[in-house]
Amino acid sequence: MRTLKLFFRNAFRHKLRTGLTVLGITIAILAFGMLRTMVNAWYAGVEASSANRLVIRNAISLVFPLPLAYKDKIRQVGGVTLVSWGNWFGGVYIEEKNFFPNFAVDPRSFLGLYPEYLIPDMQRASFLSDRKGAVAGKKVADKFGWKVGDTVTLKGTIFPGNWEFTIRAIYRGKDRSVDETQFFFHWDYLDETMKKTTPRRAGQVGYYIIGIANPNLAGEVSAAIDATFKNSLAETLTETEKAFQMSFVSMTEAILVAIQLVSIVIIVIIMAVVANTMAMTARERIGEYAVFKTLGFGGWFIAGLIFGESLFISLLGTAVGIGLTFPVAAAFADYLGTYFPIFFVERETVLMDLAAGVLVGVVAALFPTWRAVRIRIADGLRRIG
Amino acid sequence: MTDQPTPCDDHGPAPVLENRPVIVEVRNVNKAYLRGSHIIPVLREIHFDIREGEFLALMGPSGSGKSTLLNLIAGIDKVDSGSIVIGGVDITALDETELARWRATHVGFVFQFYNLIPVLTAFENVELPLQLTGLSRAERREHVEMALRVVNLAHRMDHYPAQLSGGEQQRVAIARAVVTDPTILVADEPTGDLDRASAQEIMSLMCRLNRESGMTIIMVTHDPKAAEAAQVIRHLDKGYLNHAHP
Ligand SMILES: Nc1ncnc2c1ncn2[C@@H]1O[C@H](COP(=O)(O)OP(=O)(O)OP(=O)(O)O)[C@@H](O)[C@H]1O
Ligand SMILES: [Mg+2]
Repeated sequence: MRTLKLFFRNAFRHKLRTGLTVLGITIAILAFGMLRTMVNAWYAGVEASSANRLVIRNAISLVFPLPLAYKDKIRQVGGVTLVSWGNWFGGVYIEEKNFFPNFAVDPRSFLGLYPEYLIPDMQRASFLSDRKGAVAGKKVADKFGWKVGDTVTLKGTIFPGNWEFTIRAIYRGKDRSVDETQFFFHWDYLDETMKKTTPRRAGQVGYYIIGIANPNLAGEVSAAIDATFKNSLAETLTETEKAFQMSFVSMTEAILVAIQLVSIVIIVIIMAVVANTMAMTARERIGEYAVFKTLGFGGWFIAGLIFGESLFISLLGTAVGIGLTFPVAAAFADYLGTYFPIFFVERETVLMDLAAGVLVGVVAALFPTWRAVRIRIADGLRRIG
Repeated sequence: MTDQPTPCDDHGPAPVLENRPVIVEVRNVNKAYLRGSHIIPVLREIHFDIREGEFLALMGPSGSGKSTLLNLIAGIDKVDSGSIVIGGVDITALDETELARWRATHVGFVFQFYNLIPVLTAFENVELPLQLTGLSRAERREHVEMALRVVNLAHRMDHYPAQLSGGEQQRVAIARAVVTDPTILVADEPTGDLDRASAQEIMSLMCRLNRESGMTIIMVTHDPKAAEAAQVIRHLDKGYLNHAHP
């Protein structure tokens, strides 16, 4: 059939109108894709969390510590496989704007709990054996030009003083969802220094992270741990890593919902724009459709012409929009890397773009098709004269 | 009568119709339109025959119902009452789909404003009705080229309608109308939008189709000059049909 050729040629009859419509779709798809990518970046921490890990923190607030002495009692709770602990260090590298997350961790258990951080065996061994050793993510190391063996000084904010570390290892994520902007060092180094300078702050951890054997029993294990420390000086709150990460995101949940709504509104608007274009187009061609019908072509053929043209236009705009999303997202990631450590266009976003493109094309064609198919031939022909 | 030659003089004598079979039977056809709350009767008790090979001109004042009658015979509009039988088929009894299929093989259409599809070349326009037949690509090409040769436009087949004059576009439209070798050719003011010379050319072409190929033609026209090509002229007035020989 010449149908393909027909809607291709029809689409370019009004080059300006088609061009502007395609441009509109391109921008809408680009905006939609970027907004979704942004929302995904917010939820990246939640997505990256493991169902096998629980976080234990002070029940009153995250800013209050827990005694290191809890570790042995936690280990005795059924279902717990590994216990690790750490502190948010909050050190600054040279100046405030060089922000990256840095933590004091118990190295061996920490590496055991986070298999997604990939470290060459040699580096791992040298990190574990150096009390002042640190492991940095690939992105943050690249950003500041750190190499294994370099000395890095962080200015403490929560823990005063200048803290010197030697980069012993650089980790990579096992996939793109792993944050490569973090910095970890030995908790013992922090604790020993505290013993000397501020003894009352020694032996205190910011949080525990534990591994559990069966993710389905997370609720039971959490309850058992919290029960253990009930009525003690520091009561605990245990939750899954996902819930813990979520509690950070939920502060801004309203904004995220707004962004998601806007992304949907954009698609609805462009739907109206394309529908308008198609309605104008079909109205102009009512006479032609009548000719096709006169010659014996059925309603399906007319519907095919309109749907084909509509889908062609909307998918062309969608394709260009998707094509542009990648470089724009990459530029964004460069620019906002510290706020959004995980910023990339997910496959799901591309699929949603495509679905939106098809939806726009179909919806825009519905009404004009209904009219064109229904109109009586004699009336359609009269429109020409 | 003048001494000027009619468009048909070059194409031999008009065939004798009396002993030809009847191909179109219009039986007590009525048609009215609703305008607001008023019923406007357009055709009343129209009743006549068209014989095979007849060249019929329908004349009458504007609004007298000529196009309406033509559309009914061509199967693109529905009668209110009465019947129309063409080649033994009662087309008033067919449903939309059957009617579309019937039109594709039995009727050729020529309109006042040519109504070619602007994004298709002359060749593709003429090929259009053949898309609905079972013909192979090569057979279609053969038919299209033949039809374009008949209207003397084979050399312009790759041109788009916008690149052709009005007269040429109408000739392409005629090629499109006859390419399926239809039972009847219907034409609604085919020369209405053309200058004298082009109109003359179109009428000559229609005559040739009638005289040489025996095509049955039903043509609506305002132009007495064009009507001269026809053997039978019928006048519509206020919805009634009168008969007159030229
Ligand atoms: N769809 C319609 N709805 C209402 N009235 C209609 C419709 N189609 C035709 N008419 C009316 O029916 C009458 C006959 O129309 P028709 O087009 O058949 O006339 P005509 O003889 O072909 O006129 P013209 O020479 O101007 O083409 C006119 O009064 C016209 O206004
Ligand atoms: Mg008319």
